[in-house]
Amino acid sequence: METTDEATMSKYYSIEPGNFILAGEAAEQIKKILKQLGIDAALIRKVAIASYEAEMNLVIHSVGGRLILNVNPQEITIIAQDDGPGIKDIELAMKEGYSTAPDAARELGFGAGMGLPNIKRYSDRFAIQSAEGEGTRVEMTFYLS
Amino acid sequence: MTILEIMNILGAELLCGQEIIDKEILYACGSDLMSDVLAFVKDHTILLTGLTNPQVVRTAEMMDISAIVFVRGKRPADEVIKIAAERKMAVLLTKYKMFTACGLLYQAGLRGDVI
Repeated sequence: METTDEATMSKYYSIEPGNFILAGEAAEQIKKILKQLGIDAALIRKVAIASYEAEMNLVIHSVGGRLILNVNPQEITIIAQDDGPGIKDIELAMKEGYSTAPDAARELGFGAGMGLPNIKRYSDRFAIQSAEGEGTRVEMTFYLS
Repeated sequence: MTILEIMNILGAELLCGQEIIDKEILYACGSDLMSDVLAFVKDHTILLTGLTNPQVVRTAEMMDISAIVFVRGKRPADEVIKIAAERKMAVLLTKYKMFTACGLLYQAGLRGDVI
C-alpha cells in the first residue's frame, strides 16, 4: 500500500487482458482494503461491484490496463484505464443490453451489456472518455459523507 | 430461513460451509447472468445458478452473498469449491433444475429482492 500522507491513500493494479481466472482479484483486494479502513459495508459493496465490472471490462475488451484506487477523507475514486482499442460509440456502449463481448465472456455470465450501466448505477459520479484506436478511461467516484 | 433449511428443501448436498449453515437467508436470486446479479444489492441473499465457473464465487464475494446453490446437479470443479471455502461461503448442490429449485424455495416462503 502506497501512502502519500495520512489522509490520502492510493493503490495501483495492473490488469491482464483475457485472463478470466485472475479476473476479479483486483476488485477483491480493493474490497479488502476498504474493509480495513472501516468504510461502511453498503458503500464498500457499491465500490466493489463497480470495480469488479470495470475489471471485467478491462479483461474482456482491452489490450491491457489498470485499476487505480484513491481514497481521501471526502471520497473514494476508482479509475479504470486501458491502452486500447477504445470505444467507437460511447452512447451505445452505455445502453443496457448492448455488448461487443466475445463468447468466452458470455460463458462466464458476463458480456450482457450491463457493465458500464452497472458502474454508473452504483457510483455517485461517473465519467468516461474514449476514442477508437486510443484508450478508454472510466472514473467512478463514491462520496464518503 | 436458514441455509440448513434450504438444504433440506432442495435435498441438497453441502460442498463447503458447514460452519455457516445456521445463517439466516432472507432473499434468493436465480440467475446465470452474473451482471444481472451484480445489478441488485441486498443483504442475506442466496444465489441459485447453473454456471459453475470461478466468476460465480467472485460475483458472490462482491455482493456479500454467503451461500450459492448450484442447480441441475452441476458439480463445480474442486478449485471453485476451494475459492468459496476460503471466503467462508456455503456451497450447495441440488439435482433440481433452476425453475423447480426456485419454485420450491418460494413455496417455502423465501422471496426475491424487490427492485
